[in-house]
Amino acid sequence: MLGELIKGLGTTLKYLFKKPVTVQYPEVKRPVRERFRGRHELKRFENGLERCIGCSLCAAACPADAILVVPGENDPNHPNSPGERYAATYEINMLRCIFCGYCEDACPTNAIVLEHQYELSFYDRKSSIYTKDMLLVAADKGHGEIPPVLEQMQRRPSPPAQIDL
Amino acid sequence: MAFLDVIILLVKCLVLALATTTMFAYFTLFERVLLARFQHRVGPNRAGYIPLPGGRKLLGGFLQPAADAVKLFFKEDITPAMADKWVYLISPAFAVIPALIIWATIPLACWPSGGDGIVPQGGCAPAGGSNFLQLAEFNVGILYLLAITSIGVYGIAIAGWASNNKYSMLGGVRATAQVISYELALGLSVLGVVMQASSFSTADIVAGQWGWWYIVPQFLGFVIFLIASTAEVVRSPFDLVEAEQELVGGYNTEYGSMKFALFFMSEYIKLVAMNAIAVTLFLGGWHLPGLYTLSQAVTDNFGQFAGAAVLGLTSLGAFLLKVALLSFVSVWIRATVPRVRYDQLMHLGWKVLLPMALFNIALTAVLNVLIPDRYIGGVIAFVIGLAVVIGVAFYQGPRKPSSEVTLVNQSAHSVGVQAKT
Repeated sequence: MLGELIKGLGTTLKYLFKKPVTVQYPEVKRPVRERFRGRHELKRFENGLERCIGCSLCAAACPADAILVVPGENDPNHPNSPGERYAATYEINMLRCIFCGYCEDACPTNAIVLEHQYELSFYDRKSSIYTKDMLLVAADKGHGEIPPVLEQMQRRPSPPAQIDL
Repeated sequence: MAFLDVIILLVKCLVLALATTTMFAYFTLFERVLLARFQHRVGPNRAGYIPLPGGRKLLGGFLQPAADAVKLFFKEDITPAMADKWVYLISPAFAVIPALIIWATIPLACWPSGGDGIVPQGGCAPAGGSNFLQLAEFNVGILYLLAITSIGVYGIAIAGWASNNKYSMLGGVRATAQVISYELALGLSVLGVVMQASSFSTADIVAGQWGWWYIVPQFLGFVIFLIASTAEVVRSPFDLVEAEQELVGGYNTEYGSMKFALFFMSEYIKLVAMNAIAVTLFLGGWHLPGLYTLSQAVTDNFGQFAGAAVLGLTSLGAFLLKVALLSFVSVWIRATVPRVRYDQLMHLGWKVLLPMALFNIALTAVLNVLIPDRYIGGVIAFVIGLAVVIGVAFYQGPRKPSSEVTLVNQSAHSVGVQAKT
């Protein structure tokens, strides 16, 4: 019994001199994985146009019914997005969202992407609804060229197939 | 003059009480940080720090006890509807007062004052004077310590009964049974020291350890005292009183806010007090080699008061250092050893520690008579004690399951199964 006792005490004493494994969270943040599914972002094209064309496929794919899209007609002189329509309203209820990423899969223009931000907390239910201004990335953060199919204003891309961008 | 003495005594009492409560607060921090480090964590490091240049922080979390105290003060104070109200309210005081007054007879340090100013070798109080840093010195100090430490369990037992809750009740009953069982071994292990010093006075016991701490001749007693005192203050691995898996929180299940804090306080102050008693009895109290020489040198150069003050402060430091060392061992044991089972607890108390303590007394008596030279006798006692501890630990290890478990009669069991099918 004495041997076991001393062995146990030795083990704990050994750990006393090791560096703790604790990560001091608010100051130190561990990086997330590349494919981590965090907060959504609405992306833009290289020239600053919104990628979202208001097709509502994300809302249809959402198993938690967390997304609301109200499409609007683009003004041909000052288009918000390539093509005919854009998302006039785009809201995600973060209390309903289960971060499954189906919206990402459904999006034909890769407009919605689940990014790496995971600190989503709020004091009331109203602030759990993230609106378009909160989700949309800055105008100079766009990437990629507009695919030709979206430039054909007369021909609606119907059915909206996944466009490889 | 007598009036002034009373004022000084009252101030000393107040300072001692405040010092012990502050020490309790910082012992919780000490324990939390150490436990965290034992478990590969960091521990409390947020509440308060000393900023250093370069953005570094020193002593992170040193205000954690204050934060805890404020939190406990502002918690809602609940009295259960079915509780026995007055007993319920008074039991925290019953628990905490003995824990505080234990400290009265422990010689915290050596600050000779009054009298003819000549400090006897090994002792502290000059003829006609007293030790300024011992609140009360009387000739049965050890009996006082034993009595007060065991009175503390009344608070727990009463709290368990008054809460009108089965878990609290069981916790209180367990506490009573456990403390009574370990009281015997504790008292007998102290008796060995008393025989060695031929005195019941704590000051005499410390004086008797001049240059020869009683941990050597009373090694067996020291081991018994450490185990029994851990059980006496119901601390891990003997914390069955508040075994969470079985009894929710034990006797303090129904207590919240500051009433809970008082129980918590009494537990920790008792633990540190037990360590202080162990230091007084076995580790030479405030003795440390070189203290007298230092004090003598200061007295020769700067006068008698300076010498006394230096001796007082250095010996207080030595005493606190030893207490901190034993406290570290308590935390270490808590971090290592899992909780014992109830039958193991009783087995250890009655069948192992009690005979060992009796053997220790017989050994001390025989050696003191046969070998008058305290060094030779001490070494022999140490060797025998070490052998006994190792031998007992070897033979009284974890018992085999067959003697432990009530086996179901095989044939009766199979008959029952057959009858069912």
